[in-house]
Amino acid sequence: MSHFRSELRQRADELVSLYPRRRSAMLPLLHLAQEQDGYVTDEAMVEVAELTGTTPAEVRGTAAFYDMFHLEPVGRYVVGVCTNIACLLAGGEELLAHASRTLGCAVGGTSTDGLFTLEETECLADCNIAPVVQVNHRYVRTTTPELFDALVDDLRQGRLDHDVPPHGTLIRVRRSGGLRVAREELAAERAESRAARDARAATEAK
Amino acid sequence: MATLDAPRIVTSRAAYADSHTLARYLDTGGYQGLRQALTMFPEQVAAEVDAASLLGRGGAGFPAGRKWSMLRKSPVSYLVVNGDESEPATFKDHFLVERDPHQLVEGVIIAAYALQVTQAFIFLRGEFALGLERVQQAVNEAYEHGALGRGIFGSSFSLDIVVHPGAGAYICGEETALIEALEGKRGFPRIKPPYFPAVTGLYGEPTVVNNVETMSNLPWIVQHGGAAFAALGAGRSTGTRLFALAGRVRNPGVFEIEMVKNTFRDLIFDPRLGGGIIDDRRVKAIIPGGVSAPWFGPELLDLPLGQDEVAERGSMLGSGSIVVMDETSCVVRAAWRITKFFSRESCGQCTPCREGSGWLERILYRLEHGGGRLEDVDLLLDLSDNIAPGLTWPPQQTTICVLGPSIPSSIHAAISMFRDDFYEHVEHGGCPHD
Amino acid sequence: MTDQTRTTVSITVNGRVVESPAGELLIEAAELAGVYIPRFCYHPRMEPVGVCRMCLVEVDGPRGATLQPACFIRVSEGMSVNTESNKVKKAQDGVLEFLLANHPLDCPVCDKGGECPLQDQTLVHGSGETRFVEEKRHFVKPIEIGPLVLLDRERCIQCSRCTRFAAEVAGDAQIDFAGRGDLIEVAPSPNQPFDSVFSGNTVQICPVGALTAKPYRFAARPWDLEQVESTCTACAVGCRIAVQSAGNRLTRVLGVDSEPVNHGWLCDKGRFTLDSVDANADATDPLDPRTRITEPLVRRDGELVAATWGEALAAAGTVLRDAAATPGGVGAIGGAALTNEGAYAWSRFVRDVLASEHVDAQYGDGLDATLVQALPRATIDEAASAATVVTITGDLREELPILFVRLRAAVASGRTNLIEFAAGPSALRDLARVVLPVRPGETAVVAEALASATTPHGPRVDEFDLATARDLLGERGRGVVFIVGRANAAEHPAIVETAILRLARRYPDATFLPALRRGNVAGALDMGLAPRLRPGRGFDPRVSGRDALAQLDALASGEQRALLLLGGGLLNNVADADHAIAALERASVVAVTGHGDPALAYAEVVLPASVQHERSGTVTNLEGRVSAVTAKLAAPGSAWSDVAIASELAEELGRDLGLSSVEAAAKTIEETTGYPALSVLTSAATEGVVVGRGERVARRPIDPMATPGLRSADSVGLAAFGGDTVTLDVARTGSAVAATLDDVLVEAVTVPPFDAYALSLYAGRRLYDGGVAVCGSSALAALVTATTLALNHVDLDRLGVSPGDVVTVRGPRGAVDLPVALDDQLARGVAGVAVGTLTRDGANALATLMDRNAVTVQVRLETR
Repeated sequence: MSHFRSELRQRADELVSLYPRRRSAMLPLLHLAQEQDGYVTDEAMVEVAELTGTTPAEVRGTAAFYDMFHLEPVGRYVVGVCTNIACLLAGGEELLAHASRTLGCAVGGTSTDGLFTLEETECLADCNIAPVVQVNHRYVRTTTPELFDALVDDLRQGRLDHDVPPHGTLIRVRRSGGLRVAREELAAERAESRAARDARAATEAK
Repeated sequence: MATLDAPRIVTSRAAYADSHTLARYLDTGGYQGLRQALTMFPEQVAAEVDAASLLGRGGAGFPAGRKWSMLRKSPVSYLVVNGDESEPATFKDHFLVERDPHQLVEGVIIAAYALQVTQAFIFLRGEFALGLERVQQAVNEAYEHGALGRGIFGSSFSLDIVVHPGAGAYICGEETALIEALEGKRGFPRIKPPYFPAVTGLYGEPTVVNNVETMSNLPWIVQHGGAAFAALGAGRSTGTRLFALAGRVRNPGVFEIEMVKNTFRDLIFDPRLGGGIIDDRRVKAIIPGGVSAPWFGPELLDLPLGQDEVAERGSMLGSGSIVVMDETSCVVRAAWRITKFFSRESCGQCTPCREGSGWLERILYRLEHGGGRLEDVDLLLDLSDNIAPGLTWPPQQTTICVLGPSIPSSIHAAISMFRDDFYEHVEHGGCPHD
Repeated sequence: MTDQTRTTVSITVNGRVVESPAGELLIEAAELAGVYIPRFCYHPRMEPVGVCRMCLVEVDGPRGATLQPACFIRVSEGMSVNTESNKVKKAQDGVLEFLLANHPLDCPVCDKGGECPLQDQTLVHGSGETRFVEEKRHFVKPIEIGPLVLLDRERCIQCSRCTRFAAEVAGDAQIDFAGRGDLIEVAPSPNQPFDSVFSGNTVQICPVGALTAKPYRFAARPWDLEQVESTCTACAVGCRIAVQSAGNRLTRVLGVDSEPVNHGWLCDKGRFTLDSVDANADATDPLDPRTRITEPLVRRDGELVAATWGEALAAAGTVLRDAAATPGGVGAIGGAALTNEGAYAWSRFVRDVLASEHVDAQYGDGLDATLVQALPRATIDEAASAATVVTITGDLREELPILFVRLRAAVASGRTNLIEFAAGPSALRDLARVVLPVRPGETAVVAEALASATTPHGPRVDEFDLATARDLLGERGRGVVFIVGRANAAEHPAIVETAILRLARRYPDATFLPALRRGNVAGALDMGLAPRLRPGRGFDPRVSGRDALAQLDALASGEQRALLLLGGGLLNNVADADHAIAALERASVVAVTGHGDPALAYAEVVLPASVQHERSGTVTNLEGRVSAVTAKLAAPGSAWSDVAIASELAEELGRDLGLSSVEAAAKTIEETTGYPALSVLTSAATEGVVVGRGERVARRPIDPMATPGLRSADSVGLAAFGGDTVTLDVARTGSAVAATLDDVLVEAVTVPPFDAYALSLYAGRRLYDGGVAVCGSSALAALVTATTLALNHVDLDRLGVSPGDVVTVRGPRGAVDLPVALDDQLARGVAGVAVGTLTRDGANALATLMDRNAVTVQVRLETR
């Protein structure tokens, strides 16, 4: 019995097949788990372990290393406010404090309506529009308290549903091209060309 | 005034709102570099890149052509593109993957052809949701267009590109940590030697790891020739380079300018670039190449933006980010925040980095928020010395990777340049700027 | 410790030129040169990772001297190293200070206090005062990460020894690092506790007090501990151990790094079973395995009551004398838990005093004793370095855990190809090159197909797999080790014995490692505790006798009247326990045991014997390695050694065995047979010696950093620990003839056809069974799981049952209710029931389902 819904399970299998070794699909699969459940559930970790040939402890250990994976439930919107150097110089700390007041939750906490989780983030690489705010890893470019409050209102009213999918959904573009290529053929070709190059290297070495 | 007559090599489509689409890309010469490369021998393509003296744009600044030529003798298994841009205040690769993903994909295909690699991975920072979608879209379109997959553009060369999302860990920008992440593990950097990617990389096989901006230069280099690229800039720093300018400037942003021909002052003050300091205040300090780099004071503003020129003065151009602090900026707070960043991002493997970063951060927190002691200043330096012995540049290290010796950079610089600011914090019982 | 050609290179250490094995790790090379480099994460039995940075030293290179981790750098010709420069000292002191920054100051209440590498290093190198004035990192204090292991995350120094052990040595990463930076912590998965049977090793190698063992927590302070080196007898691998006690109370067992055997590792059963010796003073019922029998008991008016030794010996003498008056009237069962000296004394007693050949150390759950002795024996090292290993046995992780560890390392490294006869579950399955599925009754057929290059009819064995296996076995089996045992106690032993015999004849160059499980079963057989066997691994072809099952038959029929029961566990291990009870009910039983046992319900006389850690002597492991066991405690009450009991009982019956002490027994064994009992008992041969081989025995000095708490020779006054190479020539063995394959008598049996409508019974073994070693230790007893009926998911679906459902299982003689469990390592149509387990109601389900006359046992399910 798969924890992934059937469509996601199919994508999970595709992800595994993309890589020369199945453990490489670990991060994409954990993203997929978050796409389904909003966070990485214990059950998902067991299934990811099976898919990647690892143990649930290794999946947990790997997931817990990365900031983007949440092992506890989070809000529909995970709001990240950067306070790193460029944003610090542009008032990032003040905006974070404002966000905390607006959302009514501490940094790291979730609003009482369960809609928002607030995080202090490290540099999000959009420093020309500082302080940087992301919602579910979409740049929302709200640098002032007023813009932030408007953003929260937009999110509450569902006006940004198109731009900001629920937390966990990362890449909405499905890979389409690569799977057309017969991977076995490519592998054989690779082996062939490698053999040819080996031969050439051997000749050159002489 | 800045010298801005060099061609735009990687930002030529910046003016178009649809710069990320295949249609616009094809309209503006897209995939011509690849078509041309496919008419050449792989060695010739690599020779052009070598001739261009293209320095890696990730941070270490190692010549890409030399990286490749070291490997051409023995077969390379994988090409991995490092798009895990996480160095604070660096946002040039973010610009490239969102605004010109096809240029990146074309560059990757050219590099793969030169290296005769048939499997490439583009590792993108997980927080780049839009960038991930755009690069995936570009890859999909490239397959559709015949630029990827079997028999690219009718040639005998085949390539598969997998777009791999990171998941939020600065350390994965370190190439061996990135490889670990790509293998589905924690981003723990590997010990070099023996784990040089070129020898023992992805799955233990020879692997080339190149940065997004490095790759994005390739279509132009192939089309115009390595010599044309090398004619730009001066000395070892050839071509143009993207600089991400942030901090207390009027007009922060990503700027492509010719290397060496311009100075820090040009970049910060030219109205077409940084536009000067907010409220026309004075520069207090700049961080020239990402927060791992030692700082410069205003006396070095006229230093040319060249790799060796900056290195000679004890710092680095690194990731191409420049942070400007002015007289309103608190250097203790800046050093604290940067150290907090390293503490949060330390992978946790090596004792000096794991424990040292947190200890340093807590001392700096006390200084900034009250509770600082006079002896803390020298304690900061001595603990720093235990992570980067001698506090030299380039640094020595007691850790596996360079994150460790990056931690003391800001602290050492801030104390060396502004020791009195620290004592002022002690006397004031916290930050006098508050 | 590499196997490479031992060419050497010259390196300079602190200005002194020394020779070092080429390719050696610098940290080891320096140590060989007498320079100790401090370390935390490095462990000599695991791959280096170079993360703690304590071993930084200056190595000259093209860019001048740089700091490099000595545990990660391999020496090369001309390498120059400085381990004492100011730069090195500052770096190492810096690392130590960083490690202490967040480390709590709870040494006074920490189990590791007094034997803590971090504490020790701090005393040597530390500054004595802290510069760390910040708030330390806080975690909730010890959390239970597994049933036996507690984790104090505040004390953890992130050396990764434990996580690497789990992944690399145990082969199951049940714990891993979680988090990042200074918040990194060791964590199990939320769904699965750290319940590996090897979990205790992580406590042993933890260089701080982060991992503690529940049973040892707060039990003693290191400086109060006394220590002897001994051999573990929880199974037949014979791991070397240090037994520690405080105030005449056993406190702890640590694994000793024995190169040919356990590499320092132990299973949790071996490590934590010590409570069964001296921790159950509350238990007094002689039928309870937790109870220690401390004084002789005789049955009066139906009750076992205390008696003097004189009374008990007289009563026992009477029972045995009367029965021995009838030909075939008396025999002995048991003895696999004895020392060689004890086994020898009883072997002599049965033959010389009772004039009986009816004797068997096994309980019908092992292999034919003559076959075991006739097979050319392999060592553990040979198995772990063989080109190909074939397993025809049960799950080694459950039966012989450290053999599993050694074998797993060999197979996982790619050095060794594994061919598995897959009768039931196996933790090695995923690593096997070839898996040959064998359902109950099929092993001999598949072995025949392998040997004769034919295709078997019936078994679902892939022809390609058979061909691959044949390729790996080669023409004569050179470089091949077979590991052979009884996977399935519900299958007639002749099936697997036929298979082994066939393969042994087909592959004459192959060697065999018998996977017999019980503590000193190999030693008991070598001492003659089986029909036709003689002390010194001898064999007498002129006689015949009853094995254990035949004796039970004879007792049940009245043909045999009395039974000398040597040790407990019969009813727990014999597959058809109901039959055994019927036999005991008719028999006059004299039991010699240190522990209570359900079989004592049928005993006339019970003679109390000393048990492990209370007796000295030698034992022999499955590879034939004789090693010493050492007494750490006095036996309780008036218990005697088996040598003494056998001698006194012989005297009661008017005979003198001439065995006045354990040493005298060892001396007699060695003098009469060449078997190296006395040599091992009295020499510094801590690694033991393999019977029939001359062997050089050496031991690396104890490294307290590798095994904190294990103290070296000088600190405990034990010359045997560490040091010199001893050469023992013990090639002279056996005064009787040696058994050959032609001497082996295997019953011809007909395997009934596989019944598609029934399930065939698979009775495998679990490490945590109902035996004395487990139930006597409260920590281990809690790990025993109730009996389940394990099925493949296809059968679950077919039968419409889910894991946890209770079903009625009907065997040939009766029915029992059991909850169902899923186990996809069982073949379709096979139902698994573990030997030695009990249902939640305390019933022995296997006894109900078994039919000891059947070749394979068919059961049916009745769902409710």
